[in-house]
Amino acid sequence: MIRLTAMFSLLASTAVAGEIWVTNEKDDTISVISTETLEVIKTYDTGERPRGILFNSDYSRVYICASDSNAVQVMDPNSGEILHELPSGDDPEQFVLHPDDRHLYIANEDDAITTVVDVDTRKVVAQIDVGVEPEGMAVSPDGKIAITTSETTNMAHWIDTETQELFANTLVDSRPRHAEFIKDGAEMWVSSEIGGTLTVFDTATQTEKAKMSFEVQGVHPDRVQPVGFEFTAGDTHAFVALGPSNHVAVVNAETYEVEEYILVGRRVWHMDFNADRSLLFTTNGVSGDVTVIDVASRKAIKSIKVGRFPWGAAYRPTGS
Amino acid sequence: MKHLVIGALVGGLLSAPASAEITLNIGYLRVEQPAPPTLSNLDPIPENNGLAGAQTGLADNLTTGKFLGQKYELTVTEVFEGEDPLAAARDLLSASPYLVIDAAFEDIVAIADLAEAEGAVLFNTSAGDLALRDTECRGNLLHTLASDAMRTDALAQVLVKKRWDDLVMITGTHASDLSYADAVRRSLAKFGLDLEGEKEWAFDADMRRNASQEVPLFTQDFGDYDALIIADEVHDFGRYVLYNTWQARPVVGSEGLAAVGWSPVIEQWGAAQLQSRFEEEHARHMTAQDYAAWAAVRTLGEAMTRTSANDPETLRSYIMSDQFELAGFKGRPLTYRDWNGQLRQPIAIVHPRALVAQAPLEGFLHQTNELDSLGLDRPESKCEAFQ
Repeated sequence: MIRLTAMFSLLASTAVAGEIWVTNEKDDTISVISTETLEVIKTYDTGERPRGILFNSDYSRVYICASDSNAVQVMDPNSGEILHELPSGDDPEQFVLHPDDRHLYIANEDDAITTVVDVDTRKVVAQIDVGVEPEGMAVSPDGKIAITTSETTNMAHWIDTETQELFANTLVDSRPRHAEFIKDGAEMWVSSEIGGTLTVFDTATQTEKAKMSFEVQGVHPDRVQPVGFEFTAGDTHAFVALGPSNHVAVVNAETYEVEEYILVGRRVWHMDFNADRSLLFTTNGVSGDVTVIDVASRKAIKSIKVGRFPWGAAYRPTGS
Repeated sequence: MKHLVIGALVGGLLSAPASAEITLNIGYLRVEQPAPPTLSNLDPIPENNGLAGAQTGLADNLTTGKFLGQKYELTVTEVFEGEDPLAAARDLLSASPYLVIDAAFEDIVAIADLAEAEGAVLFNTSAGDLALRDTECRGNLLHTLASDAMRTDALAQVLVKKRWDDLVMITGTHASDLSYADAVRRSLAKFGLDLEGEKEWAFDADMRRNASQEVPLFTQDFGDYDALIIADEVHDFGRYVLYNTWQARPVVGSEGLAAVGWSPVIEQWGAAQLQSRFEEEHARHMTAQDYAAWAAVRTLGEAMTRTSANDPETLRSYIMSDQFELAGFKGRPLTYRDWNGQLRQPIAIVHPRALVAQAPLEGFLHQTNELDSLGLDRPESKCEAFQ
């Protein structure tokens, strides 16, 4: 225990001060965790059923999918004040902000639609028909491609952000949940919750390049369900939340092999890193807490109690 | 006889993957079953029970299909009392080898035995009878409705877990009550529980007026017990037993704490999305039979999506293979048992306001798949049609 404390202070002294913002799906709140003290320092009220959360590029705004309020809320992260709401279509679940800092791509889970909103004019720019239960959202680093994954149609839909039209649809395993571009956009990864796999696509050709599956000792394969994932500095490794198996997998992003499984809280869902990516914060829906993982040692070092059913997580720096 | 085609000609939205455009025509046959009178009219059975689920499944398939250049059609035939279900089944089978059936046990078997049904893929979405998965199974017949035995095994797991092992049962007189009671006895024996007392519900008075006087006396001579099981699958008297028993004990089975294939109170595992999609389309809650019909239509959709084929040999062999998995909003992939064609699925333990547990419960282990602790496992099943 003493050793752990020493490690904390070491980590804290090298890291930029920051916060992890966690949406609590069944409390209609956000818990703000200090990445230095690893404690909840603030709690803010949101609309109903907050899920997806992200900051704009200069961290002056935080966007929140208030799913049951059918709105994306825009909050001032310094005051916690809701500034206004954006039209989002019904039941927004996840979203992604285009590198232009202006266009939000929002998955409307109940409507089989991806809505594109201009955050400046606060108007809907486009609505794109996608598969049943759109969920995972990603945008390529150059901003040319947006991805929506649809959970019941089991596809990744590739959207040309110029025309706001689909240019490809690729089948993946059951219930695709999350998507990310990595390696400067050369690869696009999709997790399939029920299929139990991660699929790697070659972005240029939209073809499958690799597929990974997971095996957690003592857990039936059916319950090993990859959901959210994030990449370490340099995109060398992915940390993959495995849902009700209560583990996070560490995947080598070069060899596509699983290197480690880390036990965390119950029904681990999404995650984000601190500034230098030395610490990872995972949301654990059923146990209502956030697990802090030390990335270098690949060990869970702390559980932080947050609200009911923590869902999304997003990092913001607060100055050093 | 009523006959209509709903559906489904949606043009491909954009350049689809290599596969040529193909269509899957699915027949839906509903054979009206006379509903026995019940004491209460509080919960009428929806007229489109089952069919509504098939329609939601069709809509799901169509949305997926439009990205692949694949189309789906549902041809619905309803057979009313006094009409010939076999003639209707022959008609549907002549148009398509895929048939989703809502009918009684005997009619389902007769349809499966038709010459026209040879090589067809039929789905039972309405009969929970164990025999259909056992001695009376048919190689061309799959079951998306959970068997009675799966439901009573799920209930028995809860009883074991809670150590409610001293049990009594009240059974109604309808055929479905009796077969449910048989399933209960089988499950209690399987999980080492004792049935200490049994009574038959044979009142013909109207219980809405005097349940509070009759039920305490009726249940008094059970003595002490841990839980009272109600076998009342037609939902006639069971609702009047709750809170009127002599002993302050939980009521389980057909009423109270119930093990079901689907229920409006299921919201986890993304189920809230399916529920709201269904409720928006049909302005009512989704029943277990709706779910079974949804799963049947989605099974075919999933098979065509993955194989780009629409012939019954290819689809059936894919459905029965290790590659097949249906995301059925129950927290794990659903697959078919290759010994009797039953869809493997978790069973929800619910009361009318919330999900209490989901079977298989933690701790009930199985050498290959914990889901096979529910219903007829491979060594128990006498079904030979799948060998």
